[in-house]
Amino acid sequence: MERIPILKQGDLLLVSVQVDMHDQLALNLQDDLTQRIVRDNARGVLIDISALDMVDSFIGRVLDNIATMSRILDAETVVVGIQPAVAITLVELGITLPNIRTALNIESGIALLRRLLPTPDGDADDQS
Amino acid sequence: MTKADTLPIHTEEDIVRVRQMTRSLAQQSGLNLVDQTKIVTAASELARNTLVYGGGGHVILERLQDAGRAGLRLTFEDQGPGIADIELALRDGYTSGKGLGLGLSGAKRLSNEFHIDSRVGEGTTVSIIKWKS
Ligand SMILES: Nc1ncnc2c1ncn2[C@@H]1O[C@H](COP(=O)(O)OP(=O)(O)OP(=O)(O)O)[C@@H](O)[C@H]1O
Ligand SMILES: [Mg+2]
Repeated sequence: MERIPILKQGDLLLVSVQVDMHDQLALNLQDDLTQRIVRDNARGVLIDISALDMVDSFIGRVLDNIATMSRILDAETVVVGIQPAVAITLVELGITLPNIRTALNIESGIALLRRLLPTPDGDADDQS
Repeated sequence: MTKADTLPIHTEEDIVRVRQMTRSLAQQSGLNLVDQTKIVTAASELARNTLVYGGGGHVILERLQDAGRAGLRLTFEDQGPGIADIELALRDGYTSGKGLGLGLSGAKRLSNEFHIDSRVGEGTTVSIIKWKS
């Protein structure tokens, strides 16, 4: 079955969506990420959608589900690279993605995850 | 003057093809990037409704050239169960399934013109137009 690759980097899982996802492909990503968070003991998930030229209600809901599920599994999800035209369209469509944290690009997304994730001594890392 | 293409909508991959064809016709019609994205997203919502609720159907894609105006019209047709209460179906947040209930109302907001014609037991036709701004 067709799948979107998930890379592991330390305690993060990185996904770059490079194809126009049909619905089942998006659902597969949701399932795969949920399983990989547990299997790889991941603390953060970074999803780069800068290559996506549209996000409809289905893909929006899948991204939101991924964020919710990762939180239940004690991991944080950040979605990066939303194109301006996509953001404008999402708002007009009425999609608010309430559970999703976003950042402009991969670098700031990783920085955001680093701030969100507690360091091993239990304190939130407050470097900015 | 119009040129029409028809695409079937029977699988999830067909929804992707509808998006891609809509994008390419929107570009050819001279729509700007935001308007392209809006009509592609509306097309995706309506194609999914055709598949999920209409039991499949097709879309007619037409480039419009009207008194100097350029635009794109998409007409989604199915012979499914139809919609008993169109006003309710168009309400933000109403879904008979497990969606967000934003597809129809959102597609209407994302378009310049929106028409829906549905008969219970006969099927549904939804047509949208995006004009070049
Ligand atoms: N082609 C159709 N045939 C029959 N019923 C339809 C059709 N399109 C929409 N409907 C009905 O209208 C309702 C609202 O549609 P809409 O697209 O707004 O929301 P949804 O598909 O339920 O959720 P979402 O699109 O946000 O995932 C649907 O739940 C369905 O009952
Ligand atoms: Mg819908």
